[in-house]
Amino acid sequence: MPVDFLPVFLMVAIIAALALFILTVSKLVRPDNPYPEKNRPYECGVDHVGEAASGLFKVQYFVIAILFVIFDVETMFLFPWAVVLQDMGLFGYIEMFVFIFLLLVGFAYAWIKGALEWLS
Amino acid sequence: MAVLSNRFQDNVFFTNSDAIINWSRKSSLWPQTFGIACCAIEMISAGCARYDLDRFGVVFRPSPRQSDVMIVAGTVTRKMAPIVRRLYDQMAEPRYVIAMGTCAISGGVYNTYAVVQGVDHVVPVDIHVAGCPPRPEALLYGFVQLQEKITGTKVLRAETPIDAAMEPS
Repeated sequence: MPVDFLPVFLMVAIIAALALFILTVSKLVRPDNPYPEKNRPYECGVDHVGEAASGLFKVQYFVIAILFVIFDVETMFLFPWAVVLQDMGLFGYIEMFVFIFLLLVGFAYAWIKGALEWLS
Repeated sequence: MAVLSNRFQDNVFFTNSDAIINWSRKSSLWPQTFGIACCAIEMISAGCARYDLDRFGVVFRPSPRQSDVMIVAGTVTRKMAPIVRRLYDQMAEPRYVIAMGTCAISGGVYNTYAVVQGVDHVVPVDIHVAGCPPRPEALLYGFVQLQEKITGTKVLRAETPIDAAMEPS
């Protein structure tokens, strides 16, 4: 019943109204004086040297982290699966291997595309 | 400045609004973590447990975007001056400057070609804290003085009282 969710809708409405009120009041009251020197990226007061994307931050870390997360989540699924494995029988057993196989296909694809190659 | 700043006459609503705004401003004076010379040691001491600036709402922040006060704690060389100026520029308004110690106030003993003779040449200073270096109590007193300076500020009210006859209808 929608009426059962009335407290939730009320809470959403109150939060939205409060956020709008706070943002409006602060927009009206706060000093607003942007100028180029103020809008510069903060780098401890000195000029930038080079670009952040020029090799100091390796994008490979990100790719490897994503690959890690995939298998992390897989492990997360494996634990509850192992608990109820006996109740599920052969179907659950095969189902999990299908799941692992799907992940491995993705992993093999990433490997072939060179996601694990370290470009220096 | 702000849409509503300095455009209202003195009445009970706007005097109270100003009081609340100034109270919140003076109760959360966040300085930059920014020390140049030996005065910074006294500044650190003032921030630590023995003198405890936190009880005045003075919490050191790592970025000028988050801070309200710049404590110029030490000798400002000519090479450092543009950096100090840019850090001041990058602070959000309203912003305040405390010149801490004789070097920041006037160059002190370093009356040389390399030292800015007073940080007033670079940024507008609100509070001068004298000493070489000032004790932490002196910096504390400087913050209390700054809070007193903020207390009377007119934020929403006009700087000069609006004449009732000239008030827009």
